[in-house]
This record gives sequence, C-alpha cells and structure tokens, in this order.
Amino acid sequence: MDTDESLIAALADDLDASFEALVLAHQDRLYSIALRMLGDPRDADEAAQDALVRAYRALAGYDAARIRELRLRPWLATIVLNLCRSRLSRRPPIAKAALSLDLALPGELEPRVDEARGPAAVATRRAAARDWADLLLTLPPAYRSAVVLRHVDGLSYPELAIALARPEGTVKAQVHRGLALLRTAFEAAQRHEREEMTA
Amino acid sequence: MTTDDRSMESALAGLRVAAPASLAPNVLADVGLADRYARFDSPIGPLVVAWNGLGVSAVEVADDDTTFEANHLARTGRPARPFERVPDRLAAAIARRLDGDRRVRIDLDLRGHTDFERDVWRKALEIPRGEVRPYGWVAAEIGRPKAVRAVGTALGHNPVPLIVPCHRVVRSDGTIGQYSLGGPDNKRTILEAEGLDLPEMERLAASGVRFIGSDTTKIFCLPTCRHARRVTDRHRLELHSVADGQARGYRACLVCRPASAAMAA
Repeated sequence: MDTDESLIAALADDLDASFEALVLAHQDRLYSIALRMLGDPRDADEAAQDALVRAYRALAGYDAARIRELRLRPWLATIVLNLCRSRLSRRPPIAKAALSLDLALPGELEPRVDEARGPAAVATRRAAARDWADLLLTLPPAYRSAVVLRHVDGLSYPELAIALARPEGTVKAQVHRGLALLRTAFEAAQRHEREEMTA
Repeated sequence: MTTDDRSMESALAGLRVAAPASLAPNVLADVGLADRYARFDSPIGPLVVAWNGLGVSAVEVADDDTTFEANHLARTGRPARPFERVPDRLAAAIARRLDGDRRVRIDLDLRGHTDFERDVWRKALEIPRGEVRPYGWVAAEIGRPKAVRAVGTALGHNPVPLIVPCHRVVRSDGTIGQYSLGGPDNKRTILEAEGLDLPEMERLAASGVRFIGSDTTKIFCLPTCRHARRVTDRHRLELHSVADGQARGYRACLVCRPASAAMAA
C-alpha cells in the first residue's frame, strides 16, 4: 500500500518520469489476472500490455488531483478485467467444458513446503498449478473474476468492491460461490481419476 | 476426500506468475516513453531507424549500438533498445516514401521540437521526389521570408532525414548545401538516386539562371519543377529573376510557386 501511495504521488507529479515504476510494480499481477481469466499466455500478454497502455493514456488525461484520488490496485484490475471480458466475448463459444468430468486431478493441495525442492516435487507442483488454472477456467466469468481478484491477485474485499463496482456483500458472495463451484469441479475431477484407476 | 478452503486458497495464490520479460519494454515503447531501433539499408549505406508507438523518432547513419543509444538518450531523453529488424509495415512504408510515394503515411514522433522546426519539416515533405527547392523558398512558404538561415538550421536538426526529405532543399545559388545525414556527398547521392540532373542544375545556377519559362504557356517555374522539365528546348526560356519573367508577360507556376524563392531575404 505504501509503495502505491508514493507511486501515486510520483505519477501526479510527473507521469512520464514515474510510469515505468508503475509498470514494474503492477505488470506481474496484471499479467496473472489476465492469464487466469483467459488461459492463453499470448492473449494474457496482450491484454496486460493493453491495460497498461490504456492506464497511461487515462493518466495522461487526468489532472494531478484526480490521480491522487486513484486507488491504483483496484483501478488497474478493472482495466485489465474489462479487456479480458471483451476478449472472452469475442471468442467463439467453446463446447461447454465447464464442470465436465474429463479434467485432470490437481496433484498437490498442501501448502508449499521448503524441503520439497526436488525435480519430482517441482514437477508435481507445476502440474498442480496447471490443473487449478484449468479448473478456474471452467468457472463462469463473473465468479472467475471474483475468485481471481480475491485469491490469485489478493485484493481485499473493499478493493474488490471498487474493482467490480459492486457492493462488498455482493462481491463476497461471488467469491464464496466461485470457491464452491471450484471445489465441486475439483471433487468431480478427483472422482473421475479414482474411477479411471480402479477401472 | 474433500479439500478445505485453506489449501484451495493457497493453491490459487500459487497461480500468480511473473509477466514475460518483454511486457514492460513493449508497454513503454507503445506509450512513447522508450524507443526501439533497428538497422536498414539505404542508397547511402546502412542506417539506423528508431521508433515508438507514436511514430518514427530518428533516422541516422549507423553507428555502434552504444554510441547510438547514448546519443539518442541525450537528444530525446528516452532509452532506445535494439530490435531485430524494422517492422514490416514500417519498412514497407519507408521504402515507398523513398520511392517517391508521398501518400504513404508514416507517423513521426517529433516531441520536443519547436513549432517553427515542425513547419519547416512539414513544408519539406511537400517537395516531390526528383525536385529541389531553395532554403529561401521554404522560409517564404511558411510565412517567415527573413528566416532563411533558421530554416537551414531547422533542416540540419531534422531527426528523420530521408523520411522528411530535407535533402530536397538546396541553396538559392543552386549549390547543394549542407546535409545532416553524413554530409553533402550523401545529399548528392540521394538526389541523383531520385533522378535529379545535378550537373544541369549546377550549370544553370552557375550561369545565373533561376527560373525556366515556357513560351507556349507563358508560365515560369523553378528549374527542377516537373512542369519546367517537360518544356522542350524549342519553347524553353531561361530567366534570371521574377522581374525578368514578369517583364515578358509570364506568370508564376502554381505548383512550384517560384516567387517564393525570390521573396526570401
């Protein structure tokens, strides 16, 4: 938060001199949001780039007072999310893979442990991340964006309310509903795997 | 077996990843806070072109990367990063422009330059391939007839030579004048490559001929104007001044506007 506050002050003071700092501070989270919303790394790269370019152009049109009022984290999240939504709406409808049973099983659920650094453990974790990412993509976009912003990006509920322009109670409900759907999808995938093993 | 919220949340938190290394440079170039550059071949040898999301920002004789980057930073305040090659669309546009097609649009990033300089460069863009205009003509055409020397300076500061054809502006005595892109020899090479008859231009200038008239149309032009070059020898009249033409009842060409060349101080 503190870094964002000093960043905001710098942006209000001299946008061109401080915009690179904004890019470096926020590129990973914007790319992560886009990747988890869209699934495709190239799409995500483009969406995150586009979001930062739009942010620059918007900031260039704001006066210093308006920039100082900005909440950078939710504001940037809104921009990248809107771009993701329009990309999703342009995509041809895919066969409803949502909540289907042919999803692979997430490999590991335990929090990362430091000693688990061997190649096998790393491979398992990578596979697990890929699987959770796949499960996330099966959520309807409204729930997916709520879960991504809260649990991948780590926005607080007040920030989430700003980013999604919904009351806090509504976004909380969306996150919980999203997590419930995700759990259902996970359990379905697990069941499917067990059946395959015993078949 | 079920999964508890905590482990699910930590799995989701693990989905944060680092952005590709190219993301930040691409954004900064797109908004015009950093430039890219690459080499390309021209009639005068290898050149460097720099650009960003706003347009082309520099054309220069190729130097080593370190020197170019340092000079570019000093001149524009922006870092420049090498790119493997000029993007196809930009390369094609530059090639067409060098070929004389003035309709092709090439965006330019001329931030940090004065209105006067931009006026001079915009005027230079109007000079067709294969033709030249005197410095004084440019000065008169932009409404600053006394600023001939300043026009020369502005042309010397043209950051995008070849694209803005400052090489098509020459001295009013018909000699070729200075050139920022590697010196006057390069200016000769480019003008000859554009089809200009330099020896003829210099011969006319040496004998004091400033304009060419046609006794069929009763119109007089600057010597390199395409309308002047169409006049056959039989109907061609060499004039030393505007007054010379007017005394014979000739009017000035509306395309090359030769009076502008005479108006300048």
